[in-house]
Amino acid sequence: MAGYLSIIIGMILVNNYVLAQFLGICPFLGVSKKLDSAVGMGIAVIFVMVLATAATWPIMQILNAWEIGYLQTIVFILIIAALVQFVEMVLKKFIPALHKSLGVYLPLITTNCAVLGVCISNIDAGYNYPQSLVNSFGAGVGFLLAMVIFSGMRSKLEGNEAIPKPFQGVPITLVTAAMLSLGFMGFGGLVG
Amino acid sequence: MKEKTSKLAILTKGIIRENPVLVLLLGTCPTLATTSSAFNGMGMGIAATAVLICSNIVISILAKVIPDKVRIPCYIVVIAGFVTLVQFIVQAFAEPLYNSLGVFLPLIVVNCIILGRAEMFANKNGVIDSALDGIGMGLGFTLALTVMGAVREIIGNGTIFSSFFLGDPDAFTVTIPFVSEHPMMIIALAPGGFFVFACAIAAVNALLARKGKTPREFSCRGCALASMCQQEKCIAELDSAEIKKGVEA
Repeated sequence: MAGYLSIIIGMILVNNYVLAQFLGICPFLGVSKKLDSAVGMGIAVIFVMVLATAATWPIMQILNAWEIGYLQTIVFILIIAALVQFVEMVLKKFIPALHKSLGVYLPLITTNCAVLGVCISNIDAGYNYPQSLVNSFGAGVGFLLAMVIFSGMRSKLEGNEAIPKPFQGVPITLVTAAMLSLGFMGFGGLVG
Repeated sequence: MKEKTSKLAILTKGIIRENPVLVLLLGTCPTLATTSSAFNGMGMGIAATAVLICSNIVISILAKVIPDKVRIPCYIVVIAGFVTLVQFIVQAFAEPLYNSLGVFLPLIVVNCIILGRAEMFANKNGVIDSALDGIGMGLGFTLALTVMGAVREIIGNGTIFSSFFLGDPDAFTVTIPFVSEHPMMIIALAPGGFFVFACAIAAVNALLARKGKTPREFSCRGCALASMCQQEKCIAELDSAEIKKGVEA
């Protein structure tokens, strides 16, 4: 149990996917302007990450058994793309309310490098099935946390005239992300 | 004559005027993650360039065959095939690079630059134009990554191209006298990545402002999935971009 807890805390705070490992930067910068869209994107990412891991981990065992492990990249991205499409169709048909709030983010998640990244990292780290699922969940929660904090920070920057002209817009957003990342470095060494 | 200049324009536009990283703001994840040293940045740039050129050529050939509705999955399969090839080649001939790039080598599959060029250029243009576009955009990407990597390595570590000769770090190292005694480690770590990238974009913004152009925001125009995205923001931006497309392409 302690093992799972340390995986989760490690993924949320110490090795945060966005701020320490640079995975999923595009949605982090692109969709974090408003709090509600940041939360929607974060929840959709947690959902897809756990599902994608649940699907890709067993498939990797089959690939290894057939000694075609080198097809990992092709097979994983196809599974993720198909899975996202499938989830979108299921949500649309059976839970329209949820589809309305999360559905818009789903097509973007196919090419979110954090999702493919977490599937490959689980295999590389040699985690077993429950550990992989917990690791993916932790990575997703870490992404959600970073998105929520960052959307709050960005709302303070909106319409600030004191920023030097060349730094307005994207650069100041990145400097803010650097500050947040600096803060998260303080958690280093929390989990051994 | 006109034909020739336009070919040259396709080749060179990616290097500075439409630099994929600094002007179009695509491919931010590998840009931040792999530029902790100049050599890593250059390796990532060259690997992505190889994939980009090959996928642009193949997709421009197959564009008429692929049904419009399933084109994005088809592009992803083509790109993933080439990424697997590149992974093999890097692992065989440059193992230290393979180890230091880690998960970011297979993640070239989801690099927005490659899918973006397939969707916006290769599927509407001929083979030669697409290859030139791939070379230009790839060079721009490599250039941006190498420069950023060099800056971070000089400030953060006091060296430049420290592992240029693979596997033997002592063979060739240029050490910068003063900085190597007082390295600012933080620049080579995660926060420094964001900060150096911010400064690079600010520099480009200042240059653009001098030429009277407006700096770019994060927008959906560079996004490969804009056509299937359902966010209202994307749909609105795409409609306004549609008018400009003739000029851009």
